[in-house]
Amino acid sequence: MNITSSADIIAARGKGRELAMKMGFSVVDQTKITTAISELTRNIVTYAGKGEVIIKKAESETGGKNGIVVVCRDEGPGIEDIQLVLKSGFSTSESLGLGLSGAKQLMDEFEIKSKPGKGTIVTIKKWLRRR
Amino acid sequence: MDIPILKIEDFLVVTIQSELSDDEIYELQEDILSRIKDVGATGLIIDITALDIVDSFMGRTLSNIAATAELLGAKSVVVGIRPAVAVTLVELGIRVKWNVNTALNLERGIRLLKRLIEAERRGGAS
Repeated sequence: MNITSSADIIAARGKGRELAMKMGFSVVDQTKITTAISELTRNIVTYAGKGEVIIKKAESETGGKNGIVVVCRDEGPGIEDIQLVLKSGFSTSESLGLGLSGAKQLMDEFEIKSKPGKGTIVTIKKWLRRR
Repeated sequence: MDIPILKIEDFLVVTIQSELSDDEIYELQEDILSRIKDVGATGLIIDITALDIVDSFMGRTLSNIAATAELLGAKSVVVGIRPAVAVTLVELGIRVKWNVNTALNLERGIRLLKRLIEAERRGGAS
């Protein structure tokens, strides 16, 4: 789905929450996933103006593990120094720091690809815990 | 969206009932501050029981509202943070910068407000 406004952030959160609930994630994990989606989509709106998010079921490469994967993509300004931005607390507009490092903290897997001037792709995953 | 701001004695109580867009959050912030000024409130309670997520933006906004209210002479307490939201906020790392008083529910929030105001009054008198 396309992300251009704060209404889209709320819609993306709702979609993530719904899928996480349906898949059987705990309330705490649902909340973490939904919050991570909120942080990443907010970065899109704040820094790139527009972009897209894909939220779907994921399976681990070796199989056996099920989870949720969220891909956020934009063609915005990109990030010069990813390591610096990922340091907890760092932010240029009081938002990006907590946003990216927060999303990383809340999920099981986090991958970011970014080129200055070209855009950013962030992929995050959370696996269902076996009971 | 019209979010009711209730007045109880010298306190204002704001109950956020659904997820808010950025514009609604900014509007609410302005409404709260002008009400504090109009009624001369000494305390503010923001009830977020209905929120099933608080991201860093919402967290920062609550913190800003509290800081601004303080400048207008009102103490603030945020009540009703759900357990899953609390876990998420801590992992998000927000506590590092979060200067917000919190209480479990409305009743305890009012008690905390009274204590904060009393403590300040004594501090000011000594």
